[in-house]
Amino acid sequence: MKNTNRNFYINPYLGGVFIGLLIVVAYYFSGEGLGSSGGFRDMAIGAIDTVAPNYAENNAFVSPHVGDGKSPTHTWLVYELLGVIFGAILSAAIFGRLKFTIGKAPHITNKKRLIYALIGGLIWGVGASLGRGCTSGLVMSGIAVNSLSGYIGLVGIFGFGFIFAYIFKGIWIKKIK
Amino acid sequence: MGPLFPQELLSSEYNLLIGFLIGIAFGFLLEASGFTNTRKLAGIFYGYDATVIKVFFSASITALLGMFFLHYLGMIDITATFFPKTYWIPTLVGAAIMGLGFVVGGFCPGTSLSAAVTGKIDAMVFIGGVMIGIFGFIFSFKLWAGLRSSGNMGKVNITEWLGINEGIFIFIFVVIAILTFIGFQKWQDKWKDKLTQEDIDDLGL
Repeated sequence: MKNTNRNFYINPYLGGVFIGLLIVVAYYFSGEGLGSSGGFRDMAIGAIDTVAPNYAENNAFVSPHVGDGKSPTHTWLVYELLGVIFGAILSAAIFGRLKFTIGKAPHITNKKRLIYALIGGLIWGVGASLGRGCTSGLVMSGIAVNSLSGYIGLVGIFGFGFIFAYIFKGIWIKKIK
Repeated sequence: MGPLFPQELLSSEYNLLIGFLIGIAFGFLLEASGFTNTRKLAGIFYGYDATVIKVFFSASITALLGMFFLHYLGMIDITATFFPKTYWIPTLVGAAIMGLGFVVGGFCPGTSLSAAVTGKIDAMVFIGGVMIGIFGFIFSFKLWAGLRSSGNMGKVNITEWLGINEGIFIFIFVVIAILTFIGFQKWQDKWKDKLTQEDIDDLGL
């Protein structure tokens, strides 16, 4: 039976306006912008601090987040990401999209897609750590307060994205007619 | 006057609770807008799906205008909020790396989390990759430390940097966004003839 809700998405402009309002609310109450990679970073730092606290104190990237009275995973961004998990599941349940699948272009094998996903994720992990945030924390939240860094991120991610997209077009489309 | 938490007008517990609630709404909107569909995300780069640009720019404009008016009305002290410092060199290099990751991996971190928890196996693998990347960066931080702290310009407001009025800048940004919407919509419409009905159904166009 075909589930008619499966391909129903809300109007993208409306979705965007609500996400924008969330950023304003987040700034007003918490003084924080929405973020994603920062929460992943906090989890990684928490894991290192638990397994090897001595190493954590001596690593210049980790040390500012750990130490006496500091709990690296008890952060606003981690709680926000916990919320994202619930919210996404709720929406997918309502629209009938809770299903194990592999998203990919039809001409790509599952194995290839998963290898690219792993490599792509790895690249993001490095890029967001170096660039101080991802599309959420660096770009959207940065633009909200007119920080120059947000605009550099915007132009960089999408500008280079288009160049790389041309080079790697085989991953997503068969051929450009 | 906001922001509440940094001025101790809100307890730490409530602050985290608000973070959690905002996260729920954020996750819901990401999923409901189609951001767990990796082909929709990649569509931005090839023109067959303009969803990303529509959501992303609408969100940016709304946030920008919202913050501008709150500030203008004296309801928020922007200097007390998270205002990222600009390190232009690592941010530009990092952004190029992220652009590559977007094309190869088909997600960004926020969208991958929404996709992974709703059953997208490729997104689960992607998150595994993100964690490996972050751990790898941390363990090899000595190699990156110099680059990561280079190009430090401090807290830079783009309108001050460009030397133009904030209102005019926002107006120009909104105009650019609207032109981008129109352009990408035309590009997407061009694709519709080339895509099979199955593809259109799958992408929710």
